Amino acid sequence: MKDRPRVQDFDWALLAIVAAITGIGVLEIYSSTHASAMAGIQWKQVMWIGLGIVGMLIIARIDYHTLMDQAPVLYLFGIATLLIVLAIGHSRFGAKRWVSLGGGPNFQVSELMKLIIIIVLARYFSEVRTDRLTLTDLVKVAILTIVPVALILKQPDLGTAMVLIPVAVVGAFLAGISWKHAAVGVVLIGLMIPLGWSMRHHLKPYQLQRIETFLHPEEDQRGAGYQILQSEIAVGSGGFWGKGFGKGSQNQLGFVPVRYSDFILAAMAEEMGFIGVCVVLLLYLGLILRLVDNAQKAKDKAGMFVVMGVTAILGFHVLVNASMVIGYMPVTGIPLPLMSYGGSATAFVFLALGLVMNVRMRRFVN
Amino acid sequence: MAPWSISDQRIPQGRLALISYLSVVFVVLLLVGFWKLQVVQSGHFADLAERNRVRSIPIIAPRGAMLDREGRILVDSYPSSSILLLRDDPKSLQKSLPQIEEGLGISREDILQQLEAAKNEPKFQPVVIKPVASYADIAFVESHRADLPVLELMLVQRRRYPHGEMLANSIGYVGEVSPQDMDRSEGRYRPGDIVGKAGLEKRYNDVLEGTDGMRRVVVNSVGKLVRQLDDVEAIPGKPIQLTIDYDLQSVAETDMAEKEGSVVAMDARTGDILAVVSRPTFNPNDFAVRIPQEEWNKLNGDAETPLLNRAIQAQLAPGSVFKIVMATAMLETKAVPESMRAYCPGYATFYGRTFKCHVFGKGGHGDVDFHKAIVQSCDVYFYNVGKQLGIDRISFYANALGLGHRTGIDLPSEETGLVPSEEWAQRVYHRKWYAGETISVSVGQGAVTTTPIQLARMIAGVASGGTLVQPHFLKNFPNPRVDHFTISEDTVEKVTQGMYGVVNEGGTAAGARLQNIEFCGKSGSAQVIGYDVRNRLGRQKEFKDNAWFVGYAPRRNPEIVVAVLVQGGEHGGAVAGPIARDVVKAYYDKKNARLQQQAKNEVLDAPGAPRPLIATVGAQRP
Repeated sequence: MKDRPRVQDFDWALLAIVAAITGIGVLEIYSSTHASAMAGIQWKQVMWIGLGIVGMLIIARIDYHTLMDQAPVLYLFGIATLLIVLAIGHSRFGAKRWVSLGGGPNFQVSELMKLIIIIVLARYFSEVRTDRLTLTDLVKVAILTIVPVALILKQPDLGTAMVLIPVAVVGAFLAGISWKHAAVGVVLIGLMIPLGWSMRHHLKPYQLQRIETFLHPEEDQRGAGYQILQSEIAVGSGGFWGKGFGKGSQNQLGFVPVRYSDFILAAMAEEMGFIGVCVVLLLYLGLILRLVDNAQKAKDKAGMFVVMGVTAILGFHVLVNASMVIGYMPVTGIPLPLMSYGGSATAFVFLALGLVMNVRMRRFVN
Repeated sequence: MAPWSISDQRIPQGRLALISYLSVVFVVLLLVGFWKLQVVQSGHFADLAERNRVRSIPIIAPRGAMLDREGRILVDSYPSSSILLLRDDPKSLQKSLPQIEEGLGISREDILQQLEAAKNEPKFQPVVIKPVASYADIAFVESHRADLPVLELMLVQRRRYPHGEMLANSIGYVGEVSPQDMDRSEGRYRPGDIVGKAGLEKRYNDVLEGTDGMRRVVVNSVGKLVRQLDDVEAIPGKPIQLTIDYDLQSVAETDMAEKEGSVVAMDARTGDILAVVSRPTFNPNDFAVRIPQEEWNKLNGDAETPLLNRAIQAQLAPGSVFKIVMATAMLETKAVPESMRAYCPGYATFYGRTFKCHVFGKGGHGDVDFHKAIVQSCDVYFYNVGKQLGIDRISFYANALGLGHRTGIDLPSEETGLVPSEEWAQRVYHRKWYAGETISVSVGQGAVTTTPIQLARMIAGVASGGTLVQPHFLKNFPNPRVDHFTISEDTVEKVTQGMYGVVNEGGTAAGARLQNIEFCGKSGSAQVIGYDVRNRLGRQKEFKDNAWFVGYAPRRNPEIVVAVLVQGGEHGGAVAGPIARDVVKAYYDKKNARLQQQAKNEVLDAPGAPRPLIATVGAQRP
């Protein structure tokens, strides 16, 4: 038994996969933007990756049990920050998601909330003494989740708000939800859809349009469906072998919307073809499987829940983003983790991976 | 130990494994999705991607010019700009509409209508919203390149008819291709393409029309030009040279300025059309862009039928001009003795009905022989000729001399006219031919109708001994048809002597006499009968006789023949005759000037001829 966690115990295989994905991401960001006014943003991305790695190292050093001890404080801090953002945050792309960090780079606080919800729910689930969740437990989990979801929705950021939910769902599944409760949950979510539809007048016009477009894409081939169509054209025209790095017309001429960020997979699919997509998606599968493996080897349930919380968010991101790129899901603004350009999102992934390393390093520590 | 760590610490391995399997399933599903797009449908999407980046702006090929026989421009084209509306981004299109409406002064309904009309065309093909852009419009588009990327300028070639109404009915006009023509063209035409719609513009459309080119540019998603691809050059249409002589045309146009009717001047030897007038007429420049619907309706519904090319489409009774057919038939068949004489008291009675001579009420022609009958245009004489010939002989000769069927002139929609016969009465009216009808036909009345071009060709044919040429506008007309109908020398001599007398021996067109030119011809004053004609002309017209004169020169083997029709002109010789005379005079004035010039040149070229002193100091003769 070791008495001290060591950096040597990091999951190097996992980090190798992460390195491969981020590498491809940086290259594709370069390819998408080198001929535009945004040329050079790949270096910003590299900087964020560097900062993320530093953050990962720091977060790995703090015992996750210590973090979980502070769960209530973290939760309250997160909620308070979200409220502050709503009150004074910067508007960008029509949504208040950003808070200025004293002249430094702006930070999207909802990303922070993802980390907090992982820790808070991990603590909650691991406190359940049996392997069966009671209805009271579920209601508490639901409330804990819905409060930040509602606040993030209010920003409004549908994508990030949705991302918190899989943490609760996967957690509940692992903590031992009864089939009966699961069924009721599914029915409740089913009921939420018509309810949400009746509330559609509270949605922003662009959100409403996105949903309309998703439901009836054929009616609006070039309007709001434009983004999805252009993305599909990029993916489809890439063919099996791709058009070659830096040679995708959809990408280079800017037909693919936010090609360096949310639609980076479309840009990549155009230039690298189906082969490239296979490589990337299999890397992500490897990442997920490796994360689950870490969960399986966790020392305790708390550690497992932390790792699976991270897994839930990353998996959800990949699934929703890739589906959106090929037109299987509406445009929600969920980036592809580790590939899409974006400081906060990239930093979040590395901090989340820090939590995973944290758990892994301590699997043999008493 | 923290309170939460005392719980059950067994990891749910089974459920974690289930999540792993589920992840594999999701990734496989995603790969299937990508496979569908990238492998199954990749061709379709590659197509869409290509359209996305290449924007095609047509380069309109200029239409070929039309020149007169000496190379003077009758019709040409001039460069102008059209404004295109790009349709590939409906969102920015909608957004720009109010600004476009105001900036270009086009109503929204107009724009939407244009877009509607083109909705089945590929989206990357722009729509012409303003065919003729003013300088202000061009400036507007240029200055709003950044915020109105949906607008684009296209250089076009507009048709120009510098002489306005001159020759309009024969030249025709151009206009936007009709949906029917577009269907027939099997993809050659797009909406908004300009094609010949009538006249020579239509007949020689394939020659005049070029092949449009295409400017292909790569644009990015906001329509900004990224790179220029290879242009597909426009192939200009070929010019055509007409047989028209601008000088003769001008003379004819001036003479007909205030009249209704037609003039056709033709080279009797070759069939070259030298001048054609049809009045009233229209200005083809009005059609060159988009003719407003109301303007079109006005022209089309006009009782005076300005769109009718009277030279080839007016089917009217030829009146006494027809007597040349009668005279020829009489001498050729010998069914009537050459020496036949008739006494003309101003009228004659056949089958219990009185037929007047044109001098009725002013006495009569008295004793009339063949020559006098032509010179004085005695109806009574030809009534008798007709009675003895019978309708079928008349009909045979009329047909042989080119009446009753198309001359084959290179214009669309030529009419046939009508030469009646017993067979015709049976076929069309299912009745017998009445002998009295033959009497009317003998003086070019009754059912017989002709067009001015037919009469010109007929007279030239008789005077040239039976050579009927195919009239044509195109100078290099390939293999003009020549119909030979042998007329005996004796007949030609006698008939042409008669026509010489009409002008030169105090005949019906004595006022048309020309010095030193053997100007001959035959006049006609035809009654306007027939209900269709009456209806067409409307009530405002009194039904005055149509005046005809078909003149030619010289008497035998003529060079030029001119048919003149003045509707409501009453007196053929007096009204139509001088117009034919003016054209023939213009023809000879030009010819003589040319001969004189030639003679002068020959003298200068002759060896030993005195050279101008100036030549010795180095000046070069042109």
